[in-house]
Amino acid sequence: MTDLTSFTIAEAREKLRAKEITATELTDAYLAAIDAANAELNAYVAVTADKARAMAKVSDERLGKGEGGALEGIPLGVKDLYATEGVHTQACSHVLDGFEPRYESTVTANLWADGAVMLGKLNMDEFAMGSSNETSYYGPVKNPWRANGSNKDLVPGGSSGGSATAVSAHLCAAATASDTGGSIRQPAAFTGTVGIKPTYGRCSRFGMVAFASSLDQAGPIARDVRDAAILLKSMASVDDKDTTCVDAPVPDYEAAVGQSVKGMKIGIPAEYRMDGMPEEIEALWQQGIAWLKDAGAEIVDIHLPHTKYALPAYYIVAPAEASSNLARYDGVRYGLRVPGKDIADMYEKTRAEGFGDEIKRRVMIGTYVLSAGYYDAYYLRAQKVRTLIKRDFEIAFDAGVDAILTPATPSAAFGIADQDLHADPVKMYLNDIFTVTVNMAGLPGIAVPAGLDHQGLPLGLQLIGKPFDEDTLFRAGYAIEQAAGRFTPEKWW
Amino acid sequence: MSVDLATVKRVAKLARIAVTEEEAARMEGELNTILGFVEQLNEVDVDGVEPMTSVTPMDMKKRVDAVTDGDKSGDIVANAPATEDNFFLVPKVVE
Repeated sequence: MTDLTSFTIAEAREKLRAKEITATELTDAYLAAIDAANAELNAYVAVTADKARAMAKVSDERLGKGEGGALEGIPLGVKDLYATEGVHTQACSHVLDGFEPRYESTVTANLWADGAVMLGKLNMDEFAMGSSNETSYYGPVKNPWRANGSNKDLVPGGSSGGSATAVSAHLCAAATASDTGGSIRQPAAFTGTVGIKPTYGRCSRFGMVAFASSLDQAGPIARDVRDAAILLKSMASVDDKDTTCVDAPVPDYEAAVGQSVKGMKIGIPAEYRMDGMPEEIEALWQQGIAWLKDAGAEIVDIHLPHTKYALPAYYIVAPAEASSNLARYDGVRYGLRVPGKDIADMYEKTRAEGFGDEIKRRVMIGTYVLSAGYYDAYYLRAQKVRTLIKRDFEIAFDAGVDAILTPATPSAAFGIADQDLHADPVKMYLNDIFTVTVNMAGLPGIAVPAGLDHQGLPLGLQLIGKPFDEDTLFRAGYAIEQAAGRFTPEKWW
Repeated sequence: MSVDLATVKRVAKLARIAVTEEEAARMEGELNTILGFVEQLNEVDVDGVEPMTSVTPMDMKKRVDAVTDGDKSGDIVANAPATEDNFFLVPKVVE
């Protein structure tokens, strides 16, 4: 019998509707897979088996009556930063110890309303701050991919590392993730999965643990482009609970999958050709250009002159917003409390014990750049640079470019506890060099697997689109996927 | 610009994070690495450039000025480390 966990969402959807399989069987297959793999991969920080079975049972009843929703009976994993009522929600931080919200995030509520089944909560970098999933209070996640002939453990990327590993290793049909500087696209690229960060405002942020509010955006990680389109359709919505959530109907993204890219204008930004970029990343990029050209797209050279300033500007804006967002973790309203001799001492001890090193670093940077006398020099200047970064993209799009093709990451997945990366925080930050510009400009970006490097590890390409033009990304992403094929790790766990 | 040890301790105080001498010394190096990295923004000519306030071209939604939610004090304090009669309990702040 075929392993039920091998089906994509689109495949499982057909089999469920045709009653070839039941939601209960599908859910049980995933729960068994998680049970067998999680001790090794550490993708889930909480498995909600009883809830999953109960949800699957309801799905089977609905499917039996022919009343199934768009995701009826599809088992999903949820990144730990989405508030899920009565279920572990800690953004993988110690400071939120024991937190079980009394409400549901809009994104997850949308999924359950469409009939999806929740398998559990997925590991992530603490408060989504990291590019390797190593800052999680619950320990690192292992990438299901290993280099040829090696048994060295690699990171899945971050911050949505648990989501990427769970999708790649078939521990869920697909997963929710979130992206502030590359946290969907970089782990997707590292694990051979598809990840899309939609336009800022497309998904509601209500009930997502906030990191940097002007950059955070929800999105899916899935096995292929079609599944990503199906999941984003359900995650996105109009929502009065988030004032930055756009009042525009959600398009049927799946309809874009398979549409021709003939005549589409694809921009190739010269500034993404970084000094010291590995040759195989450049080769992959050229391959992607050739694929799109073969599919009928027109390739044009473009310039995004402020690209190199996106990452430094991000490391002012994101920590500044994080330092204010994380002020709420004070040991009073939820989570951890460490007693002190007075209230200030209690705050300081709680935050010292509750936050990991990376969080402290960013809260400190944010506090410093916002402190009296430094605001103009740092934060205000960074927000002006952000205007220039966005303008670069606007000029390209105004000249008729439909989407922009770039590499997704500067390298393939690296080792867990890499000494070189841990010695210098900025080196780790450089992982987001190709993705962070997209958050700074609020644009949609998709990472699609495009090949393997010389060690047999997955590499991805990124497509960047116009605001609220995710359709074009699904079209062009699918063209790349058709040419590149799909990538599944060999099971060793 | 760079920070010295005294500044690190002052910022830690502002951020309400207790730091040991050893941690403060380590943070001094790390923060200066990051501040050194962001220094390159000074090369950019930002004269006459408006700072970004909204990344997507949209007006912020407004809602009617009416009570639409409430009566949830039990839910609100449900996750607090210490409560009494739907109040948060904190160490004494007034002598």
